[in-house]
Amino acid sequence: MPYKRTFRHGVHPPELKELTEKVKIRRLPFPDEVVLPLSQHTGKPAKPLVQAGDRVERADKLAEADGFISAPVHASASGTITAIDLWPHPDGSYKPAIRIAVERYSPQAARPRIIPRWEGLTPPQIVQAVQDGGVVGLGGAAFPTHVKLAPSKDVSIDTIVINGCECEPYLTTDHHIMAEYPERVHLGIRIMARALGVDRVMIGIEKNKPDAIEAIRATLPADLNVTVHPLTVKYPQGAEKMLIEALLKREVPSGKLPLHVGVVVQNVGSCAAIAEIFETGLPLIERIVTVTGRGVAEPANLIVPVGTKVRDLIDACGGLTEDAHEVVFGGPMMGAPQANLDVPVLKGTTGVIVLSEAETRRKESFACIRCGHCLDACPVFLNPQLLGQMALAGRYLETEDHHIWDCMLCGCCSYVCPSNIPLSQLFQVTRTAIRRLKTEAAA
Amino acid sequence: MNASAILASVAILGGVALTFAILIALANKKLKVWEDPRIDAVSELLPGSNCGACGAAGCRAFAEELVAGTRQPAQCTQLGGEDIIDIAEYLGVEAGTAQKRVARLLCAGGSHVTLRWAEYRGLETCGAAAAVAAGGKGCAWSCLGLADCERVCDYDAIYMNDVGLPVVIPDRCTACGDCVEACPRDLFTIMPLEQRLIVQCKSLLEGEEAEELCEVACNGCGLCATDAAPGLIEMKNSLAVIDYSNNELADPAATARCPTGAIVWVEGQQFAEKPQPARSQVA
Repeated sequence: MPYKRTFRHGVHPPELKELTEKVKIRRLPFPDEVVLPLSQHTGKPAKPLVQAGDRVERADKLAEADGFISAPVHASASGTITAIDLWPHPDGSYKPAIRIAVERYSPQAARPRIIPRWEGLTPPQIVQAVQDGGVVGLGGAAFPTHVKLAPSKDVSIDTIVINGCECEPYLTTDHHIMAEYPERVHLGIRIMARALGVDRVMIGIEKNKPDAIEAIRATLPADLNVTVHPLTVKYPQGAEKMLIEALLKREVPSGKLPLHVGVVVQNVGSCAAIAEIFETGLPLIERIVTVTGRGVAEPANLIVPVGTKVRDLIDACGGLTEDAHEVVFGGPMMGAPQANLDVPVLKGTTGVIVLSEAETRRKESFACIRCGHCLDACPVFLNPQLLGQMALAGRYLETEDHHIWDCMLCGCCSYVCPSNIPLSQLFQVTRTAIRRLKTEAAA
Repeated sequence: MNASAILASVAILGGVALTFAILIALANKKLKVWEDPRIDAVSELLPGSNCGACGAAGCRAFAEELVAGTRQPAQCTQLGGEDIIDIAEYLGVEAGTAQKRVARLLCAGGSHVTLRWAEYRGLETCGAAAAVAAGGKGCAWSCLGLADCERVCDYDAIYMNDVGLPVVIPDRCTACGDCVEACPRDLFTIMPLEQRLIVQCKSLLEGEEAEELCEVACNGCGLCATDAAPGLIEMKNSLAVIDYSNNELADPAATARCPTGAIVWVEGQQFAEKPQPARSQVA
């Protein structure tokens, strides 16, 4: 490659992927209970179709999508529904969830179903099938995938970008999907290309996954314009706007979406999930999760039923070590720490990381010395030190003039700050405060 | 020097000044807006902190309403009895009566009774802790104890007690509502001091699930609703809800059989400096 493909700014945290890089994906045995929150995606929560006491088979639809920006929830194991009530959610609150007591000696077979041939479907039919399959973005944000496949008529899409960056430290989920199921990723790409009527597909993979690049390259289809682009390793390359900049040199304007610059970005895991609907007929009921960190005895890449409790995942990996100190969902940069080990794995949970005491120790923060490191790190070219000062002073509404909503909370500024100011946490607080102020003003 | 030039300039400038003086004098007559001098006088007597608890936009707006006679002096939540009588005597009106209102915390889950799953390390504010796994506390509806309300209170009416709960001093509280806005869990509510029956819990969990997380949680058993006068307490989402429009029916009997002590009869201040152990521990 003549020039180094990447975006401007960003940081280089230690990759720490060696713990699970070489560990092949294995299947987790079915747990005794799965808990399926009705809200596992961005958008409106699903509406339950079942009641406590009902018997369900694996892959049965338990809750239907409420509107277009919503996704249904399917049973990830056969068993009996014990309750539909509040259960701890990875976001820290309690949310309504369907609890299934899993049948011990069940074959865990789905009911016989008709698998549509995608070649014969029109684009709207594919979109409908993807929504019925409950597919959401598996890279972490959990935005319903079908919404991205049905852009409004006034934008024209010329490129599909497939996100195989996995820039967060520790995680190896997407890496193993690409290395072990490349055909499935390619089938998903084909189906999406048909749904969107686009023939240019670019796959961006960071260079630290040579086996994934090789596997994807080896299975490239001859009849589609799919290209693989190895990218310089940098965080947050997997953020969709950064990836578009790295691959296409297009900048998504402030407050706009990738589709406004003619691009749809999908995670490799979502591609595989779409392929699964048309291959086996199964909706999104299981996903691959990296369970890793120095606090876990045997780090692994696992196929787990959605709704499995973190406790079961950690037990399957040999339990916690002496040093275990903090459990995080997602990556260490943007992930959400968990207080309760009974929270279930959601569709959008990319990894479970158990960090050690040394990794989580909080350093004392000092006053800002105006060194400007955060400005050089911010991938969206904001001024984190100014925003941080405003947030500390409680001048929340003023931060809007300095584009607080373009911040994606990637944490680069906090990472580089020599004074250890928790900048991205301040921005998170600021955004919550602005939302509160606005709803109060409206009321 | 030419004396006539000096005289001419004095005459011109004097003439211009005189013309404008006459114009201003006319404008003052013609465009004068008469304002009741009592508004200024009453404004002087009001506290001038613009807390907004009376419902007016500020102290001056309240003074205008006082002079117009649409409000009564006692509706200022900050002034003491003598100051109110001063205003009433000055305006020659009744001082009126107003219900004393205070901020009440709908959570009694101090660190001595609640389960804490994890230790929170990060920005020491409730707003920040609420966004990180509910601040590590078991109950997702409970007080986070990092004193956002204490910092925002302009009247030093809130302090944090030994178990990390904010204590509101009724005498100092002006019911301005700043703490209501500051609390990320929406635990504060402004209510009249004479509404003494309070459910100090917002947890939507039920039964043992709720009690595991907090010894003083409302577990939704409904005993208080049974004991109280009909129509006073209703169970909603496994939480006792008091209908304060029937407040005259309220009586401490409703709290007698509460197994956790979530419903309380409060005289004055809500929490003690050093709180007693929970009821379930005593028994």
